[in-house]
This record gives sequence, C-alpha cells and structure tokens, in this order.
Amino acid sequence: MTESLHNILVAIVLAPLIGSILAGLFAGPLGRKGAHTVTIVGVAIACLLSMYVFKRIAIDEIGVFNQTIYTWLKSDGISFEVGFLVDNLTAMMMVVVTFVSLMVHVYTIGYMSHDEENWPEGSGAGVNSYQRFFSYISLFTFSMLMLVMANNFMQLFFGWEAVGLVSYLLIGFWSVRETAVFANLKAFLVNRVGDFGFILGIAGVLMYFNTLDYASVFAVAEQHKDLTMNIWGDEQWSVMTVICILLFIGAMGKSAQVPLHVWLPDSMEGPTPISALIHAATMVTAGIYMVARMSPLYELSETALTFVMIIGALTAFFMGLLGLIQNDIKRVVAYSTLSQLGYMTVALGVSAYAAGVFHLMTHAFFKALLFLGAGSVIIAMHHDQDMRNMGGLRKYMPWTWGTSLVGSLALIGAPGFAGYYSKDSIIMAVGASHLPYADLVYVMVLAGVFITALYSFRMYFLVFHGEPRMDEHTKEHLHECPRVVTWPLIALAVPSVAAGAVFVSSMPFGDFFDGAIKVAHEHDTLAHVGEHFHGWFSMFLHGFVALPTWLAAAGVGTAYYLYMKRPDIPAMIERKLSLVHWVLDNKYGFDAFNQGVIAAASRGLGRFLWKVSDLLLIDGLVVNGSAKSVGLLAAVTRHLQSGYLYHYAFVMIVGLLALFGIFILQ
Amino acid sequence: MNSDLALLSLVIWTPIIGGLLILAIGSGGDGKGTGAKWLALLVSVAAFLLSVPLYTDFDTTTHLMQFEEMMPWIEAGKVTVNYHIGVDGFSMPLILLTTFATVIVVIAGWEVIEVKPAQYMAAFLIMEGAMNGVFASLDAMLFYVFWEAMLIPMFIVIGIWGGPRRVYATLKFFLYTFFGSVFMLVALIYLFFQTGNFEILAMHGVKIGLDAQILIFFAFLIAFAVKVPMWPVHTWLPDAHVEAPTGGSVILAAIMLKLGAYGFLRFSLPITPDASAALDWLMILLSLVAVAYIGFVAIVQNDMKKLIAYSSIAHMGFVTLGFFIAFAIYRNTGSFSGAAMGIEGGIVQMVSHGFISGAMFLCVGVMYDRVHSREIAAYGGVIHTMPKFGAFFVLFAMANAGLPGTSGFVGEFMVILASFKANFWFAFIAATTLILGAAYTLWMIKRVVYGPVANDNVAKLTDINGREFLFLSVLALMVLLFGIWPAPLLEVMHASVEHLLQHIAISKL
Repeated sequence: MTESLHNILVAIVLAPLIGSILAGLFAGPLGRKGAHTVTIVGVAIACLLSMYVFKRIAIDEIGVFNQTIYTWLKSDGISFEVGFLVDNLTAMMMVVVTFVSLMVHVYTIGYMSHDEENWPEGSGAGVNSYQRFFSYISLFTFSMLMLVMANNFMQLFFGWEAVGLVSYLLIGFWSVRETAVFANLKAFLVNRVGDFGFILGIAGVLMYFNTLDYASVFAVAEQHKDLTMNIWGDEQWSVMTVICILLFIGAMGKSAQVPLHVWLPDSMEGPTPISALIHAATMVTAGIYMVARMSPLYELSETALTFVMIIGALTAFFMGLLGLIQNDIKRVVAYSTLSQLGYMTVALGVSAYAAGVFHLMTHAFFKALLFLGAGSVIIAMHHDQDMRNMGGLRKYMPWTWGTSLVGSLALIGAPGFAGYYSKDSIIMAVGASHLPYADLVYVMVLAGVFITALYSFRMYFLVFHGEPRMDEHTKEHLHECPRVVTWPLIALAVPSVAAGAVFVSSMPFGDFFDGAIKVAHEHDTLAHVGEHFHGWFSMFLHGFVALPTWLAAAGVGTAYYLYMKRPDIPAMIERKLSLVHWVLDNKYGFDAFNQGVIAAASRGLGRFLWKVSDLLLIDGLVVNGSAKSVGLLAAVTRHLQSGYLYHYAFVMIVGLLALFGIFILQ
Repeated sequence: MNSDLALLSLVIWTPIIGGLLILAIGSGGDGKGTGAKWLALLVSVAAFLLSVPLYTDFDTTTHLMQFEEMMPWIEAGKVTVNYHIGVDGFSMPLILLTTFATVIVVIAGWEVIEVKPAQYMAAFLIMEGAMNGVFASLDAMLFYVFWEAMLIPMFIVIGIWGGPRRVYATLKFFLYTFFGSVFMLVALIYLFFQTGNFEILAMHGVKIGLDAQILIFFAFLIAFAVKVPMWPVHTWLPDAHVEAPTGGSVILAAIMLKLGAYGFLRFSLPITPDASAALDWLMILLSLVAVAYIGFVAIVQNDMKKLIAYSSIAHMGFVTLGFFIAFAIYRNTGSFSGAAMGIEGGIVQMVSHGFISGAMFLCVGVMYDRVHSREIAAYGGVIHTMPKFGAFFVLFAMANAGLPGTSGFVGEFMVILASFKANFWFAFIAATTLILGAAYTLWMIKRVVYGPVANDNVAKLTDINGREFLFLSVLALMVLLFGIWPAPLLEVMHASVEHLLQHIAISKL
C-alpha cells in the first residue's frame, strides 16, 4: 500500500520540476505554447495525484506515509535524508498548493500574454520571458511541495530557502525596473534574517535530539521539557523555549510577521499571478504550516506560545490599519494578507493550530481569488493599479466583479463563506485562551474584524462601484478578461464559499489533524470552543448573532458611507488626523529604520573595518611598514640582487643544500 | 594497491612534464601558441582522467594511506628524505579538485591570453603538479619542496599576466607566503630531530611537551594562516586576486587557499593536539572574525574581484571553524559527538568553495574580457545583453550565498550545526553568514546584473560563447550535484576524520 504511494509522491514533486526544467532550458524550441503546456500538464498531474493522495490518506485513512527517498549525506552517525511525511496536514497542504498553483498557471496565460511590452527593446532578458515565468512558477510549486512534504528539518530548510529563491526571482522578474530589483533584494535579505534564526533553531534541535527526523524528535520531545541551557551569564533558559522561538523567527520572515513583514508589501513589484500564488496563498503560509507541524515542540513552551500570539496580534491589527490608506489595489490586498497571516499566527499562539491551518486553507482560496481578481482589473486598466482611477467596473467586468465580491465576503467573514468559519474559530479560540495577554489579543483580533471589513469594502466600492474615474481611452477599452483569466477566478470562488462549511466540523472541531497536530490538554482552546459546536449549519446561523459578524457588517457599512455616500469625509479625516496619517503613510517607520539605521550602519561598519583596520592598520602599518624598513636595509644590499627569478631560485636551492649540509656534518 | 602503476606519481608528474614540454615548444612562430594550448588541454584532461581512479578505487573503510609509493630520495648520513606519497580521505578529494580546476583554467584561458600563451599554460600545469604533490606528500621535506615550488608559477602568473599593480601584488603574495613557510620549515626541522626522519605519519605519533607543542603550533599557524588566509594575515589576498589574471584567481581561490586548511588537518591537529586544544579559542575567534568582520568588509567593496576575495576569506572561516571546534564541543558536552560533523563540514566547504569561488572569478573574468573593468559601478543591467551569462552568474551567486540545493550550503550547514554543540554564540556568529553572505553577493548582483542597461559598454556586450558556456555549465553541474547529493563526497572522508578524532582525543603529554 505505501509502496504505491511512494512512486506517486515522487511523481507529484517531479512533475512540476520537470515542467520547470523543460520550460526554462528549452524556452526557445518549445515556444510559448509548448512552455505553458508542459508546465500546466506537470502541475495538473501533481494536483490530480495530490487529490488522490488526499483521498487515500485523509478519507480512506490508510495511515501516515513516512519514508526516506534518498540519503542526502551521512556525517557523525547522523543521517540527513530527503524523505516524505504525508499525513492529513500534509495532504491538505499538497492539495491547496497544487490547486492554487494550477489555477495561477492557467491564469498566467492571460496575464502574461503581452509581457514583451514590459521589456525595453532589444533586451535579451525579455526574450522568452513568458516561458521563463512559467518555468519559475513550476519551480516554485516543486519547492513548496518539498517544503510541506518534508519529513525532516533539513529538507524543510531546503524547501524553505528554495521558495525564497523563487520568490526572489519572481519579485525581480521585471529586472529592468529599479523598484523590482530593490524589492527582491530586500525580500531575500529580510527572509535571510528569519532564516538566521531558523537555522539556529534547527541546530538546537540537532544538538538536543541528535536527529533531524520529525517523528524521532516529536516522539521524545516530552522528555526534553525540563532541559535548560546557558546562553548568557548564569541564567538558565528552557531549551524548548529557545528552540521554538528561534524556529519562529524563521516563520516571522517567511510569513511576514512584525517586524520582519517589511518585504511583503514591496513584493507586489512582481507580476500579479505570483502575488496570488506565492505572496498570498502558499509561500507566506509556510511559517504557519511549520509551527503547526512543530506543535509537539511548541506545546512544551508557554513562553514561546505567548511570544507567537503577541507577534501575531501585532501583525493582525497594525498591518490591517495600513490597508486602510493604500491606493494601490495590490497593496491593499497585500496588507490584508499580512493581517490575515497575523490571525493565523495568533491561532498558533493560543494552540488552536487546527484553526490556524484551517484559516490558512480558506485564506489560500479567497486571497488567491482576490489577487487574481485584482490582476484582472489591472489587465483591464492597462496596468494602472491606482484605485483612485477606477470605479464602476462592475458593469464592464461582471465575472471579475462577482468573484471579487465573493472573495471580499469570504475575507471579512460573512456568515456562510469559508473565511467566516475559519476566522470565527480563531477568534473564539483566543477568547478561550488562558495565556497571559490573551484578553488584550482578543480585543485586537475583534477590532481587526472591523478594520478588515472596512479596507476590503473600501477597495470593493472604489473599484467596482460609483462613477468610473479612468481616462476616456482606458474606459473605451474596458472589457472582461478572456476565459483563461475568468475561469480560474470561478474555480477559486467555489472553495471560497464552500470550503468552510465542508471542513469546519472535521478540521478545527474534529479529529482531522489528530496525529499531525498535538495539543496539550491544558492548552486545548479548540476543544473548549468545540463544546458549543453543533455542525456547520448551526454555526452559520449563530453567525448572525455573533459579535464579529456585526463588527464586519459595521465595517462594510462604514466603507459604504465613507466611500460611496460621503467621499469628502475620508479626506477630512486625513486632514484632522494628519499625525496618524503620517505614521500610517510611513508604515510606522520600519522601512526608514531599516534603511537609515541598519543598512547604513552595516555599510559604515564595513567601510570602517576595511579602510581603517584592513588598509590603514594591517596593510599600512604592519605589512608595508615592515616592507619599508626592509626596504631601507635593502637599499644597502640591493646591488647583490639581480631581479631575475632564476637567480633567487638558485639561491634558495643553494641555501637548502647548505642547510642539509649542516645537518649531515653534525 | 595499483603499486605497479604508480598512479599518484603520474597525477603529479604528468602535468609537470607536460608543462616543461610546452615550455620547450613555446608559443610557435605566430605567437598564438595553438599547439601549446591543445597540448595543455590534452595534458590537463589526461591528468584529470588519471586522478579519477583515485576516487573510484578508493577504499572508504580505512584511514590508512592508499596509492602509497615510497622510495629513498636523499640519503646522507642521518638525514633521509623519502619520495613518499599517498592519499587518504583528506587529500584525495583535493587532488581531484586540483586536476578538475586545471582543466577549467586551461579552457578559460584559451582565447583570452594573448601574451606568451604557451608559458601561461605551462605555468598552470607545473603548478598543478606541484599542488598535487603537496596534497600527496607523506614526507615533510617533500611536502615543503612542493609547497615552495608551487609558489613560483603563481608568482610568475601574477607578475606577467597580471593587472597594472601586478608587481606590488605578486611581491606581497610571495613575501607573505614565503614568510609564513619559513616558520613551518623550522618546525619541520625540529620535528625531524624528534623522530629521526621526515615521515609525516611518524611525526603524528611522537610525544612532545606542551611548551614545544605550542611553539610548533604557532610555527604551523603562521604558515597555514597566511595561506587560508585568516585574519589578520589576509590582506595579500584581495590584492593578489585583483591583479591576477582570471586563471590565476581561479587556482588561487579554488586550490591554494585549501593548502593552508589542509595543513591544519595534516600537521597542526595531529602533531600538536594538546596545543590545538589549548589554543582552539584563538582559532575559533579568528574564524568567527573571518565570517563576521570580513563579511561586513565585503559588503562595501567596489571592485568585484575584491568582493569575491573577501567573500573567500569569510567562507574559509567556516573551514577553520569546523576544524577547531572539536575540543570546545568536548568541553561543552563531554563527548566528541558533533566534532566529526564540524571537520567534515569544513572539508566539504573546501571542495565546494573551490567550485563556487572559481566560478565567481570566471564570471567576473567573462565580463572583464569584454569591458575591461572590474568596478561594480561600470556595470548594470548585464542581464539584458547577456541573459545566458546572467543566469549563470545568479546561480553561482546563490551558491556563494549558501543556498540549499547548491554545494555552498552543505559545508556551512554542517559547521553551523556542529558549532551549536560547542557554544550557542559560535553558531550565532557563524550563522550571520546567511545574512551577510546574501547581502554582499546579491547586492553586487543587483547592481551588476539587474536594473536597466547602465551604459554603452553594457549595451554592446555580447553573450557568452560556446567555450565560456562549456566551463560555466560544467561548474554549474558540479555545484548543483554536490548540493543535491553530497553523500559521495562525504563517504570518502569518514574513516580519516574518525581516525583523526581518535588521535587528537589522546593527549601527547
């Protein structure tokens, strides 16, 4: 039984990889059609097989697959392996990743069809850029699958960095744009700060568990609960706390949590399909997935859990606020992503891993939908992304409008939509948590619901309703996008509505993740909440009397009033609260601090060490100083020197012989 | 094993004799040296093929020397110097790296070297033989002769085919390293008096007091630290690289730096284990300085070759860190578990750095051949005129930044994991390379490869030709192969590393 899955799983990861290699290396001979065909076929194979694996593992319950594929290296008695662990959590992730990826692949045919216009004339990099794009997104799919299917920390790190690489390549895809190549460097470096913590966490795991294999680590995690280590002075730290926080620093980079969130808004420089796939639906959720996977470790440290919860709450609340003042349609969705990632992180912090992962799944569908919808708008707007120039698009783009409305309703958690079930589970779990500061976090996530609804429907109204504000030329050419664009929107709209009701009784409130996610009894907030759960329909009905729903409705109403009825009010608020607006406009100063202090100080330190220490002290004083004193001596003896190398070599040999002679004569 | 074939001698002497032959032929009447080039290619490929059985026939189960050859060389009274060569898990991978890199250098210099091409090729072949000799020597005096002999061709390569400040650079290079090796010679002579011969393996066994060990340790340290190079005796390297022709930089970075690190494994650790244990804090400190201090210095370089040179120093910091954390691990955890990972990680890093730094210097060379500038500011948007080249450069840059899936990751990963066992802060500082390495490498890539076309020179660039594609793709394959499947490289060194650890665990006092 497991043997047949072995080959299927290998095929799942290899199919997108092969597609990527073909499209990348044979871009010329394949042409555009060939390239998108091989990559779409590859990802489609991966998607169908993933669904099959999901059926076998999660529905037929044939048992967890955990096998080594090959041994990467052996050292010091420790075997580093590439292998797959497929349980319900992995199977769900595989379906989400490959499904969204497949939709994005198809959509890209439409989105990138005029990519040659994005390149300067004669640019060699612009040749076959279409094929290269497909190659990259298939490579991403491979990397992401390696990440979620890993059965050990080494491979996790491999996938972790590989998705970072593809993200780098894709943010800077339009490499002629200075903003894009600035953004991709920034994204890579900020992620590397996270990875710095992550690799130390992995090193800690290896030191205390002497293996990097998940199953072996989790099996004995409990016994390591009371271990302590010495980091600074005499103070003893819990090993679990240190490891969990270090690993979480990695998650903060990848899943863009404050203060390592700064790269994500800038990543919008990349083409929109990858914003949907990488920077909303899948890659940025890797950190959430990782922490959920490591739940047997996190459960052993309340300090780490509290840290996770607070970081998540800060992200959820403060990044949501930034979404309110953005005018670029993609940036609104980007800040919304940050905020939603914050919600997932809060869920992890209160040990509601299942709810966090559930939200990860629903969010992947509706956020990919929103991004692709935004992309569809951008295509129609001839790559103008400023919402102030939009308006009234509902008439021109019915499919984009309808699906975007579905996505927005799912995002704000309208009862019945997917996001309602997942977000409400998280909020209830926070309410049930006994961690320190959980009360404050509860208020923040509730306030976040209002903010989410406000910025989402601000965008929705500005784009689809009201009077068209674009110039006449654009307006004349407004039309719905081709089917390769609209069909993926529809395909994503379906789970954005349905995934919540279908999975709510099994994922957060059932035993779907049992075995994959481990929750200590005293942290089990979801079980507590689940006592009042009586099926999806009753939860749907309950939605109409629950506080979050009314907060969301208030947000929608406020957006309607402010941006449809009284558009003068936002401008007035902006004037009256100019200080607040200034703070938000500068994104709380993170970018200025990173640029002005951290980057500048690094360069300054480098320059100081180079010019003063290396050149002035070592080279100037010691090396050339001694050379000069020798030079003085040499000035006297220089007439002995011919300058011919063979003379020197001859002298050397004579010298050596003389040395030997002395020994021999002794 | 294979004693009738004298394989190891062939690997050493084939390139040397080939090189001398090329010198005799010269560059031909037209001065283009076509015949000499083909002969050089033939010889270098032959030497590489001859070295392959060293790997395929290698017995991974033993730490004992293999492919051993022994005959008396100098016998005069009490002094015996033997022509004694052999390889173990430390030296064998490095010999293969040397023969491989020389083929690449011959191809890379094919059209580029216009002045005295025959002599250029000959210098590299003779250097190859001497470097193989260093790695294979089991007699300390033989080692010393090869060690000094390889300096001369490199001195000539920089001095003749180098840039405008070549004389300063090559003298600095020569004096620095010569200064270092004199101390080694003194130490070797002292050890000769202890053992009665120059057998390196006999020196491993001889008992020495702590004071003497410390003196010997420092003598070796000066010789090897200059070569690696370690802070603060590293300042010759950026100058040498900047002035050296591309081929010289490749060999310098890929092989010569490894000789110093190899010396620590072959001499310092086994001969002076107690001094190594007592002074490991110094080695660890200097290694971490290399990673962090040099990392910051690399960020602000304006010259691509200098940047890569500094990056080399930082990467070699991982090698010496991996070698010398064994004792700290023992003190922290009470066992040597993890020490082997450090040493093996260091060796993997040596091999990997050979490929990656070589490739990086070749990439700069490819651009330099066209624009004749190494300044970062002279470029920008190269990807638009050289898309194929840009893809290679980005790949090697990612490897230089230690991306998993490339060979650059393997050694750094192992050393960071191992150093955590010694001390949290060792791992902490070592891991800053994730940030610093990415910062200096990718910032350069951003300014050189990406962005709009910066100037007319860049606009006129032509993409790589078949010859350039050949050597870059071969290197790319190696970088990816060892990144995806490093196990074959690791297998050959287990027995030697284990033996070394057993050896240094026993005090000589």
